[in-house]
Amino acid sequence: MPSLGADMEEGTLVAWRVAVGDTVRRGDIVAVVATEKSDIEVEVFESGTIGELLVDEGATVAVGTPLARIDAEGAAPAVAVPAASAEPPMPVAPEPVRPAAAPVRTASPHRQHAGRVLSPLVRRDAAALGVDLAAVEPADPDGPIHRSDVAAAASAAAATSPTTPASPTSPTSFLRGSGRNAGRSNASSPVGAGQQRSAQRSGQRSAASPYARRLAAARGVELATISGSGPGGAIVARDVPANPTSDVNVAAAAPTAATEAPPVDPMRAAIARTMERSNREIPHYYLAHTVDLSGTTAWLADRNADRPPAGRLLLAALELRAVALAARKVGEVNGTWVDGRFVPGEGVHLGVIVALRGGGLLAPVIRDADQLDLDATMATLADLVERARRGTLRSSELSGATLTVTNLGEDGVEEIFGVIHPPQVAIVGFGGVVDRPVAVDGQVVVHPTVRMTLAADHRASDGRIGGRFLSKVASLLATPTKL
Amino acid sequence: MKLDYRGALRDGLRHALINEPRAFLMGEDVGAYGGCFAVSLGLLEELGEHKVRDTPLSESAFVGAGIGAAMGGLRPIVEIMTVNFSLLALDQIMNNAATYLHMSGGQFPVPLVIRMTTGAGRQLAAQHSHSLEGWYAHIPGLRVVAPATVADARGMLWTALADPDPVLIFEHAALFGISDEVADELEPVDLDRAAIRRAGTDLTIVTYGSGLHRSLEAAEVLAADGISVEVIDLRTLRPLDSTTFLDSVSRTHRALVVEEGWRTGGIGAEIAAQISEEVFWDLDAPVGRLATAEVPVPYAQHLEAAALVQVDDVVAAVRATIG
Repeated sequence: MPSLGADMEEGTLVAWRVAVGDTVRRGDIVAVVATEKSDIEVEVFESGTIGELLVDEGATVAVGTPLARIDAEGAAPAVAVPAASAEPPMPVAPEPVRPAAAPVRTASPHRQHAGRVLSPLVRRDAAALGVDLAAVEPADPDGPIHRSDVAAAASAAAATSPTTPASPTSPTSFLRGSGRNAGRSNASSPVGAGQQRSAQRSGQRSAASPYARRLAAARGVELATISGSGPGGAIVARDVPANPTSDVNVAAAAPTAATEAPPVDPMRAAIARTMERSNREIPHYYLAHTVDLSGTTAWLADRNADRPPAGRLLLAALELRAVALAARKVGEVNGTWVDGRFVPGEGVHLGVIVALRGGGLLAPVIRDADQLDLDATMATLADLVERARRGTLRSSELSGATLTVTNLGEDGVEEIFGVIHPPQVAIVGFGGVVDRPVAVDGQVVVHPTVRMTLAADHRASDGRIGGRFLSKVASLLATPTKL
Repeated sequence: MKLDYRGALRDGLRHALINEPRAFLMGEDVGAYGGCFAVSLGLLEELGEHKVRDTPLSESAFVGAGIGAAMGGLRPIVEIMTVNFSLLALDQIMNNAATYLHMSGGQFPVPLVIRMTTGAGRQLAAQHSHSLEGWYAHIPGLRVVAPATVADARGMLWTALADPDPVLIFEHAALFGISDEVADELEPVDLDRAAIRRAGTDLTIVTYGSGLHRSLEAAEVLAADGISVEVIDLRTLRPLDSTTFLDSVSRTHRALVVEEGWRTGGIGAEIAAQISEEVFWDLDAPVGRLATAEVPVPYAQHLEAAALVQVDDVVAAVRATIG
């Protein structure tokens, strides 16, 4: 009874697969044994004739109990114990003379060559000829595998499957595996090899160096649009275009000098420049509204009730939609300030601030946001945020905003005093949804509310216009049926 | 004046023995024979037996004696013939010299200097061609230095003597023949800072010892192709001056480490790891490593050459990294 697991103490012989008088060869299945886990086929490690079955089917015996007697051909009867594959027993009888015609047999998966010495030469030959060493039966079954065994296995394989080339590996791979070159390559080309590995490891995705990725992210370049010139086709720094996006983009590239030896992260530098310009040039004014969202959150819950999570609307989509519709009505906040005059936006293109996990931010643009219904707004927003964080935005998606919206509610912010992104003339900020006491019909009640702010360019508009715009947003947001 | 590496070592040694009253040299054959590599030739005759002492052939005994002398207030300079023999004194170096300051609660510093010859390239086969400085650099409590230039070979000993902790100096046997112009007066060497031996913009080679010369040669070859390589000589393997090579790599965006030790677990692995940890986002290519093939160093000349990093290997590795 073989040990079929370290914790197995006994086993039940379920069935014999051989009968007295059968000839068995090493590797043949002779019996089925039930263990606690499953039924397992037992292979024999001896060759010869079954002389006697010592254990009846259905009997449970301790590990190590002889199950059958195998008589070796032309030798005295011997008792053999089929044992676990990991512990092939020492033969107790001389091996019978093997027929020379069958040097290769299909090895049982249990067959191991543990402990068998495989010389480097044999390994090399096997690799070159595509021979599975575990399946090679040496001329001397208990001796080592020699070159001749590998060659015989290869020619046998070729004979049985003439369509398969005997040597599936190419001559180059043969050479690569050879001792002569292997020793050399250690000293001569580890770098190239490492880079090939790195490139291959990246799979379908184009391999890009960390530095190139950093530059691409800072410059708003999508790596997929670049072809690499580095080792193995990897994208390296020199492949990242220097300044692909317009100055309108928050994440526009830092000056070249800064790229050569960046004193700070280039994205940080770009944000710094833009914001510096904003506070230097733009006379901001700030307005705030508190919007009672009790109707909105109820409407939203109802709308989302029977939708799968992926199809649900978020309040952020409603906010964007409300801003877009209000900006169409009150055009003085939607546009740019260029050369001393206000240029109204052609369409409402909302920049949406997306904070990046590694720091910094991007402002992808929802183009013609006023033309998108709520579901389309939601889908566009989700897509842009996802791709902004993955770094796969196209440069065209980062420019051309006519108005910016920012929402820091997730971070627990209640109210935002925004800094306008020049040359735009306004930024709308939403805080988080907070339960606040509000007066309704002379009663103080607690409702979900949001604080909404407008920072606008006083050169382009006045407070009254800004107030009208904000009121419009507030009323739209409070009555989502109008969205 | 012109000086060769061996002469520079001797000059540094002589200067130390004369100017530091507590210093003395001891080791196998350092006296009457003049040192196995003739570094101390003539010093016994000039300075006398209280300055230069021959010892029995027992590394463990005379390194231990050096540790005791250092703890007792002297400034012993112990010569171990070659790095492989230092293994016989490894217990003294690692368990005693490197730990006493710590284990005595700061009461017993061990201001000991151990000089030994390191490196391959002279057909001395598997037992006498080791580069084990990377091993020693693994041990806290030691300072490990490797002079690669004539000036460093001359000046490092004086700085090492001033160190309150044990310092291991690895003198590369294949460099004994190089010569260079040096100042008339001996100039102490800053052991805390790595040296930028050649400035460049496209790739940083971090190396030390014999690797410096292969790398400088390779840089010259590559310069002809318009590839600008910066070459950094670490000088001290422990404690590593990481700032110098990290700054350099963040400028060049590519790095190659060239060492004579074996690749697995070598000092090059440590440097490559630090680069990946500290300046990952500045890297424009994977950090490359060149090291000795993972075999016992062969005796046969062509096999030994094949096992060691050669100038062509450095050139090829730089080209492969830049692409």
